[in-house]
Amino acid sequence: MEHLLELRNLSIDLPRGKRQSPVKLVEGVDLTVRKKQNFGVVGESGCGKSITCSAIMGLLSYPLTVGAGSSIRFLKENGEELEITSLSPAELRKLRGKDISMIFQEPMTALDPMYTIEEQINETLRFHTSLSKPEMHEAALAMLKKVKIPRPEQILKDYPHHLSGGMLQRVMIAIALINNPRLLIADEPTTALDVTIQAQILDLMNELRESYDTSVIMITHDLGVIAETCEEVAVFYAGQVVEQASVEEIFRAAAHPYTAGLLKSVTSLGGEEKMLYTIQGAVPTAGNFGQGCRFADRCEYCESRCRESAPALTEISPGHLCRCWLHAPGKEAAQ
Amino acid sequence: MSEHAVLLDIQNLQTYFPITGGVFQKTVGHVHAVENVSFQIREQETFGLVGESGCGKSTTGRTLLRLIEPTAGEILFDGQDLRALSQDELRQKRRDMQLIFQNPYSSLNPRMSVRQLLEEPLQTHFSLSQKEMDEQVLWISQAVGIAPEQLSRYPHQFSGGQRQRISIARALITKPRFVVADEPVSALDVSIQAQILNLLLTLQKELKLSYLFISHDLNVVRHISNRIGVMYLGRIMEQGDTEAVYRNPLHPYTKALLSAIPKLDPLEEKSRIRLEGDVPSPADPPKGCPFHNRCANCMEVCRNVVPEERELEPGHFVSCHLYD
Repeated sequence: MEHLLELRNLSIDLPRGKRQSPVKLVEGVDLTVRKKQNFGVVGESGCGKSITCSAIMGLLSYPLTVGAGSSIRFLKENGEELEITSLSPAELRKLRGKDISMIFQEPMTALDPMYTIEEQINETLRFHTSLSKPEMHEAALAMLKKVKIPRPEQILKDYPHHLSGGMLQRVMIAIALINNPRLLIADEPTTALDVTIQAQILDLMNELRESYDTSVIMITHDLGVIAETCEEVAVFYAGQVVEQASVEEIFRAAAHPYTAGLLKSVTSLGGEEKMLYTIQGAVPTAGNFGQGCRFADRCEYCESRCRESAPALTEISPGHLCRCWLHAPGKEAAQ
Repeated sequence: MSEHAVLLDIQNLQTYFPITGGVFQKTVGHVHAVENVSFQIREQETFGLVGESGCGKSTTGRTLLRLIEPTAGEILFDGQDLRALSQDELRQKRRDMQLIFQNPYSSLNPRMSVRQLLEEPLQTHFSLSQKEMDEQVLWISQAVGIAPEQLSRYPHQFSGGQRQRISIARALITKPRFVVADEPVSALDVSIQAQILNLLLTLQKELKLSYLFISHDLNVVRHISNRIGVMYLGRIMEQGDTEAVYRNPLHPYTKALLSAIPKLDPLEEKSRIRLEGDVPSPADPPKGCPFHNRCANCMEVCRNVVPEERELEPGHFVSCHLYD
């Protein structure tokens, strides 16, 4: 295995009792994250992007389960290959915060209000390293300096409510990076922040990525954030990857009507036309996807075969994958 | 747009909130939420207010409907001073001025059906027969795109975009002339945002509405507004025609704010003006220009004197000492 992370045929099930088959919230997701890559995952709320990343962390909450036949393989630093779906809770704990760590959307609620910043940074260090207390203090101080927090000595003694949203997100990044992880999952890290603070955090993440050998999975619904930070993008729609390509390719030549529509509705903002381009209707709910393509009801290019059978994710040009009948004539979905 | 008459004229609006402390809950200070804000909204015009969270844009919107009592200043609606009205007269006036809230998940009563939700403002403001109310409900639900058979459903049976349509219907059913839209699309997905923005634009034309459109999303504000005001720490730093402000921002804060928008083109050269630090607390605003401690062009005078608003181009106002 040469890549850092490989998801193969990942599905996530929501059980519906013994008599019924489970609802597949995520289905047939294949993703490959290379070393030192910035990978973007974009999609609307409820499309399955966040639970896919929770599955990578082994953090799916009851009653969600990883479906049969799914594989999440992770390459450790010593070359050891791990199948995350079959790890025990204890093994997962060893992995989280050390090899894989995560930044959450709301820094205000992700930190514990009862503990100082230093105690929360030390928690990660204590679990994964055998540093003494003064060494931990030094490490925490150095890390806060790296994420450019002013007055780090003072901030270490503060509680989360003393700090602003932007500062808290810096603290979250410090906690996530302090054990030098191989993979950092950032789940909407700037959505709760103002634009000027978002710009600071994105710049910081880009800088840190160059000094650490960390791959980043950036989950977001903001195409602008993707354009500024990522190299490779996967577009999620209704629990599936509908398109995947390099950032330049996606923004220059989006192939799937959903991606193209999203881009059109965003870029027409502020344009000459007063009426915006819109994608009609709303995302179908999980469990009601039907036979054909899941985007068929909202698609302006919908034909009869789109409703009859689902298209497969196929390579339409080198490195550019798309799940659409327009680009895959005569290919049935491998079900 | 300039041929239309001024509908709303705000002069030197101030809203302070008291901070109480000590055993006797004495007032120990004030949060300066809105400080000397003046602007005008013409008929059928959209005025956009942008700024970061906590800059006072929502408080401004609510103060000018007198949902929050202003500390000082004038609010002239159609030539009438709203501050001089009694509570009863104000309630009468509210049928002409409505508010659309940000979060359609919490702003609709979950125990009322859509029909009840839509009838409620009619019952408050008019005394109509059931037949007349039915006509009104049917008319507005068609206008916002809610099917008649959905009227007996409850809010939880709708998606976020649909709920926002109900909120809009509720605000517009009294046929107001002026609507404050407080972040009406922030809680919605990108593909739904475009649908709601188009709806707001269509209804504006049909019903001859004026909007005060509050948002932190600079692209959305640019799209929908005729004129905008950029707020920072309770003050309007720059205001003017939308395109004039976006193409030629004059205030250093506006420049920084616009450069912080993530660009949609991955190949475009990024020249970002970095703002260091955070917005100061409105309970303890800095002396002089509120922006001086984050401003790259800060001069001696900025630390001590609050800049006056001056008109640099016709209709384009800036409060900055750089242009003294």
